[in-house]
Amino acid sequence: MTSKNSHFPNACPLPATSGDTIQLAHGGGGRAMARLINSIIRPAFDDTELDRQHDGATLILDGPLAFTTDSYVVQPFVFPGGDIGTLAINGTVNDLAMCGAHPLYLSVGLILEEGLSIELLQRIVGSMRAAATAAGVRLVTGDTKVVDRGKADGMFINTSGIGRLVSPTPIGPASIAPGDVVILSGDIGRHGMAVMAAREGFGFETVIESDCAPVADAVLALFEAGVEVHCLRDLTRGGLASALVEIAETARLAISIDEAAVPVADHVLAACELLGLDPFHVANEGRFIAIVPADQVEQARDILTQYSSSSGAVVIGRVYAGNGGEVTCRGILGVERAIDMLSGEQLPRIC
Amino acid sequence: MKFRDEYRDSRAAQVLARAIARTVTRPWTLMEVCGGQTHAIVRFGIDRLLPPEITLVHGPGCPVCVTPVEYVDRAITIAEYPDVILCSYGDMLRVPGSHGDLLAAKSRGADVRAVYSPLDALSLARANPQREVVFFAVGFETTAPANAMAAYQARQDGLANFSMLVSHVLVPPAMRSILDAPDSRIQAFLAAGHVCTVMGYEEYLPIAAHYRVPIVVTGFEPLDILEGVYRCVRQLENGQAEVENPYSRVVRRSGNPTALRIMKEVFRVIPRRWRGIGDIADSGLGLAPAYAAFDAERRFGAVTVDTEPTGECISGLVLKGLCKPTDCPAFGTRCTPDRPLGVTMVSSEGACAAYYRYRGKPARPS
Repeated sequence: MTSKNSHFPNACPLPATSGDTIQLAHGGGGRAMARLINSIIRPAFDDTELDRQHDGATLILDGPLAFTTDSYVVQPFVFPGGDIGTLAINGTVNDLAMCGAHPLYLSVGLILEEGLSIELLQRIVGSMRAAATAAGVRLVTGDTKVVDRGKADGMFINTSGIGRLVSPTPIGPASIAPGDVVILSGDIGRHGMAVMAAREGFGFETVIESDCAPVADAVLALFEAGVEVHCLRDLTRGGLASALVEIAETARLAISIDEAAVPVADHVLAACELLGLDPFHVANEGRFIAIVPADQVEQARDILTQYSSSSGAVVIGRVYAGNGGEVTCRGILGVERAIDMLSGEQLPRIC
Repeated sequence: MKFRDEYRDSRAAQVLARAIARTVTRPWTLMEVCGGQTHAIVRFGIDRLLPPEITLVHGPGCPVCVTPVEYVDRAITIAEYPDVILCSYGDMLRVPGSHGDLLAAKSRGADVRAVYSPLDALSLARANPQREVVFFAVGFETTAPANAMAAYQARQDGLANFSMLVSHVLVPPAMRSILDAPDSRIQAFLAAGHVCTVMGYEEYLPIAAHYRVPIVVTGFEPLDILEGVYRCVRQLENGQAEVENPYSRVVRRSGNPTALRIMKEVFRVIPRRWRGIGDIADSGLGLAPAYAAFDAERRFGAVTVDTEPTGECISGLVLKGLCKPTDCPAFGTRCTPDRPLGVTMVSSEGACAAYYRYRGKPARPS
């Protein structure tokens, strides 16, 4: 930060100019660091726990809790439909929701590379604030480090989260049973293709927007209505295919889905076709599957479709007996095929 | 999605499958040339819609599968020079050389980048004048025009820091080679639709006539493939051996003249050794003398293609249509996409990868 920023009042930062960049001193524990935190980060996060400026947050909690952590390293930082800040909040909020928990508190760890634009940092922390408000969680503790230029890819964010368990029964692959039904919360592949298109500058005619969104409201509504949710899984890296295979393998059961039932938006499908990618393997950031007993599937789907993040919820398949963790898909021509996890990273094909 | 959904219509597929079943009276073996077709066949289960008399065997049309290991090794060596940026198409980066792949070289510090077009490599060369940018140009006739354009523009712009490691191959000589083999059992070809988009299909006329094999220009959607099979079977049953083009929405008889012009300008036909198959005369493209300055083999030393790797992998037999991936004792056990023994398990167009991905775990929901 340049010297003029030292005159900023702590609680009311002026926007940084485009030339201002993060310097090593911003992580050095001295005045520059205090200015960065007090002028940009703390006002953006705006929480009484942070305002106490203590070494950590003190919280009063009761009952069983869920606790999760995730790190965010996306490039580019800003993409249609979100940025690394919205991802860092929604990702951890959604992980708590997938545990059957009501998300309450988040920590934020920022690792910034020397030379990062302070204007960009302001945008990202602003997005984190907005996402936290939308998800109803508090950002109660945090940490900022600055590393030498070339030692990080601009910015890494870690968030950890605590939530209060609301599910009366354990949520996870071990709880699923033959006959259960798999509900998918909406169309797949938007986030992965949005980020890839932004990173590679494909310039598709129709801009693909990430599906990045908090899904906790929709999930918690299932519990409030008394739906006996057996398993939840958000479809992040590895996509729908990896989520289904992980669940089936852990449960030692088989899952079969119907390809025609899995929604993929036309422009996402077109991008996947062009690059030779399978939408089943493409990452999402606001989609999940819920596995519920067959007799509660209508109720569960009706609830999910009332929330914007899951308004496109559909039944895509069913759990069967089996012991090898098989996942199959009835293709559009009616022929069954295997679904496998992605091997290595997704690479576009030659022709 | 337009131009896709109408070619994946389940009812129309059943109608075509029934027409094939009504037409066939005895066993026939057909080869689909292109790896993209192989993937569509296995993914959609098209072979399972066909009557048992028809056997589909998978052809050599997987560009990374047939690239000799020595070229992969050389690409890795070049990538490891400190001032080099080595670029190629994404799925080339995972193809194993003698000691690891380009992604492993990247993890050791080499500057290896996946590009979507050779013109992206040119942009990198312009943006990094102090670095040598080498594009690993592989593929069939489909990628040749764009790769030719990169060399052409580099020459126009006098880009001294750009070169190409060229391992291009051509489809018709490979089809001849397969038919010439004494153990060949191919009775008809589904020609690779997108190769024909560039080249047209006139060069198949003498092959069909000489070897008495029907050749049907075939696309990549389920209905395209079923139509291709239907036309092959109809010809075989009638004793015909002609070239047909039901993929006329994309392919013209004489191909794409602009693409052919740039290929002719930049490349010349040379002999090539195909990984798993062997030497085939006039089956490759190399840079024409006027473009020799952009030949990475001149800049970094010529690649000597020696012996075929030996071992457990039967990918050569798979690429020649003599074996199916599932005939291999290592398939799905000692050879998987995570630990491949050969290229046909690595490439997104490889037949073994298609079988593993779509049929690897025999699942029978009860």
